[in-house]
Amino acid sequence: MLALLALVYLAVIAAGFVAPGDPVTQHREFVFAPPARLHFVDPAGQFHWRPFVYAPVLRPGTFDSYDEDRARMYPVRFFVRAPPVRIAGLFSWERRLIGTESPAPLFLFGSDQYGRDVFARLLYGGQISLFAGLLGAALSLGIGVVLGGIAGFYGGWLDEILMRGAELFLALPWLYLLFAVRMSLPLQIAPAQAFLLIVIVVGIVGWARPARLIRGVVLSARTRDYVLAARSAGASDPYLLRRHVLPQVVGIALTQAAVLVPQYVLAEVTLSFFGLGVGEPVPSWGNMLSGLHRYHVLASYWWMFLPGIALIPVFLLYYALADALHQRASILSH
Amino acid sequence: MNRLFVGSLVAPFLLAAAVAAPAGRVQRAPAAAEFLVGQAETGRPGGQLVVVQRAEPRTLNPVSAVDNPSRDVLRRMHADLIHVNRETQRTEPALATAWKVSPDGRRYTLTLRRGVQFSDGHPFDADDVVFSFRAYLDEKVASPYRDLLTVGTKPIAVRKLDQQTVQFDLSEPYGAGERLFDSVAMLPRHLLEKPYAEGRLAETWGLTTAAVEIAGLGPYRFKQYVAGEQLVLERNPFYWKVDRAGTHLPYLDRLVFAIVPNADAQAVRFQAGEADVTMRLSAANFDVLLRDQPKRNYELTDLGASVDYTFLVFNLNDLSGRGLAETERRQAWFRQLAFRRAVSLAIDREGIVRLVYRGHAVPLWGHVPPGNKLWVNTALPKPRRSVPEARQILQGAGFKWQADGALLDAAGRPVEFTIVTNVENAERVQIATIIQDDLKQLGMRVNVVTLELRALTARLLTTRDYEGLVLGLGGSDGDPNTEMNVWLSSGGFHIWNLGQVKPATPWEAELDTLMRRQLTTLDARERKRLYDRVQQLVVENLPITSLVSPNVLVGAKKGLGNFRPTVLDHHALWNVDELYWRERRSGATP
Repeated sequence: MLALLALVYLAVIAAGFVAPGDPVTQHREFVFAPPARLHFVDPAGQFHWRPFVYAPVLRPGTFDSYDEDRARMYPVRFFVRAPPVRIAGLFSWERRLIGTESPAPLFLFGSDQYGRDVFARLLYGGQISLFAGLLGAALSLGIGVVLGGIAGFYGGWLDEILMRGAELFLALPWLYLLFAVRMSLPLQIAPAQAFLLIVIVVGIVGWARPARLIRGVVLSARTRDYVLAARSAGASDPYLLRRHVLPQVVGIALTQAAVLVPQYVLAEVTLSFFGLGVGEPVPSWGNMLSGLHRYHVLASYWWMFLPGIALIPVFLLYYALADALHQRASILSH
Repeated sequence: MNRLFVGSLVAPFLLAAAVAAPAGRVQRAPAAAEFLVGQAETGRPGGQLVVVQRAEPRTLNPVSAVDNPSRDVLRRMHADLIHVNRETQRTEPALATAWKVSPDGRRYTLTLRRGVQFSDGHPFDADDVVFSFRAYLDEKVASPYRDLLTVGTKPIAVRKLDQQTVQFDLSEPYGAGERLFDSVAMLPRHLLEKPYAEGRLAETWGLTTAAVEIAGLGPYRFKQYVAGEQLVLERNPFYWKVDRAGTHLPYLDRLVFAIVPNADAQAVRFQAGEADVTMRLSAANFDVLLRDQPKRNYELTDLGASVDYTFLVFNLNDLSGRGLAETERRQAWFRQLAFRRAVSLAIDREGIVRLVYRGHAVPLWGHVPPGNKLWVNTALPKPRRSVPEARQILQGAGFKWQADGALLDAAGRPVEFTIVTNVENAERVQIATIIQDDLKQLGMRVNVVTLELRALTARLLTTRDYEGLVLGLGGSDGDPNTEMNVWLSSGGFHIWNLGQVKPATPWEAELDTLMRRQLTTLDARERKRLYDRVQQLVVENLPITSLVSPNVLVGAKKGLGNFRPTVLDHHALWNVDELYWRERRSGATP
């Protein structure tokens, strides 16, 4: 489970290596080109072990109909040389996982309304969407654990104030709040910065739910017999927290994280769909999907759904992970 | 210019010869009624027409309406004295059968049609005309027509000569002549005099007003409004037009405006047959519907270039004291003609036409689109896109390039700015994204920010907090007079630098002179010459960078007789009184 999830993240981090093209170049002569078809049988009927592609050619007089130029085959090769690209911002490499010698770009998942490579955008977009999920979850869980822990452990008026505050946050119409935040940002802020700000806002606003959960766990741990016994034996608060309360919380917090991450991935997708997320030309799964609210895209270009489909395995993996963590946590606590 | 225009279409008509009125409806008219005889194909009465409309009308008051949806509806309920035929683009008699212009072009004498009645049966005469103009020109009413009806320094003076004759005195001659009267709805004095006297004319006739309290002279009258859903008009039995066979117009019994706020949802409704007419289709939806056309019962038409234009504008307003230091600093680039020329040269207009409009648009270099046949200056240069040339111009103006290709200004600061556009308009967002990529090739870093139209208008007109902006203008009848507020340096919509006290540049001063002169010049050729120069000045100085003019794309169910859509406003509905169903069917039911 964890290995599969790691593979997804690895592919996304190494997008520059995995994707044959780059995500922002507009190939205006190849707008809405369908995914490249991998062939094994050539026009003469001969079978090839190495798959090959044909170059797409726009059918004259049309906007988005392409024929394959069968005159020449371009075998798909691995670890091809290409202009150097930076991987994860750490080092640059001049190899790509796959490529062809075709003069036309290789659109594994087709191209979008500007002729950009959907496959490359999906991987690079994953960098934004998946890490927005991690960042958002880390923020709200961090605040949630601290505030929920304090409320649960100390109780009394502190608990009262913190929990009423949490309820206030839960009642906030956060989508409108975000619209307001976006409106008030100065225009000069780069899209990536604006997005980072919004993720931070969402993360902070989302502290209430994990805080309530953690508070419950801490409260129940605090009133267990052995904790009371330790306290009566003169154990200090820090000792109690470290020895008895936090171990209970860790399992719950991890499970909660596995549930929260996909929720924040979805939040990014939702925000970008409404135009509040990352701005063009930077890809994210949300802004890639936002094209789908236009009827012609919905009706004509199925490959534009792919970012939505990519969400499904990511979600399933995270929920499976949450399940596994939950079971471990229950075993540990019993 | 002294000419007397007697409409050849006018013929006396006696009701005795009229065809049987549809059951259940009373039809009466004074014996001497002077009907206008339409020359269109003779049709068949009955049925209804469902039109999809993007937004609800804001009001049913022709005096205060400013939004397109309201005007689309109101134009069907009201009539003007002299009308511009949307097909021929020439004037023709409407409520006035004839008019005379004095030699100095400052006095118009109009003869009114006899025996005309409002949609509630009340007779129409010169008193209604005088009342209408008084209402439009009253400062307290604050009608948007007041500016259009103010020629020179003073508003028009209106005087009744007798029950059928009205005289209009202008303080200066008006270049566009009798076009002045087009679209100025004549109001029923018997219904509106009281609210006017009480000072609440602008607020009367809202969407919730009872149908019996509203009357007009157009082919249809108000029947029902269902909030957020539809607005229904019914046939006006007192309409003053008949066909060649003597049948009373309009043919259709009901006109339904179905309100569908989303352009894509409109296309789906039309495709499903739930609407008979759709206008202002987007190119992408047009193509989707076109592909489906053989299987469906509708026909789509690309009418060609419209009179609308989409452009890029840089903020050249004086921003001192507004706390926008960063934008002010960037204005140093925007103010350089070389910078604006380089931007214009680098933009792939053909690419915009192909990618955004799928060929259903024309690239623009000047602001007047070729669809505006009477006024376009065809002699303007159309420089081909050239990134190398654009780079040369930038280099000549002291810009440099960093090793990674980023553009630096003479002071060594990287050139980076924002282009905003409204999120509702998918085409404009796409245009901005294409420009972003084009300018990247010059080393400029452009951020595209999409805002709601209201937020965008507030930035454009009030706070002036923007750098670049992609916007469209249009919806006029194409005459330069309708754009006075855009080109005059003092104009309220002089977008790049609003409401100047005195012209900021010599060429803006020249624009002022040219626009003021064309307003009062009577010789049409001289006006064209003046406006040609306006277009030339705009291209040379690029206060706005014209990009593209989208085609007018309309669709209608098959079998709609006299369906002759035009590129001017109200595209498919301008001749709604003549539309009819060839077969006995009642159109869509929404």
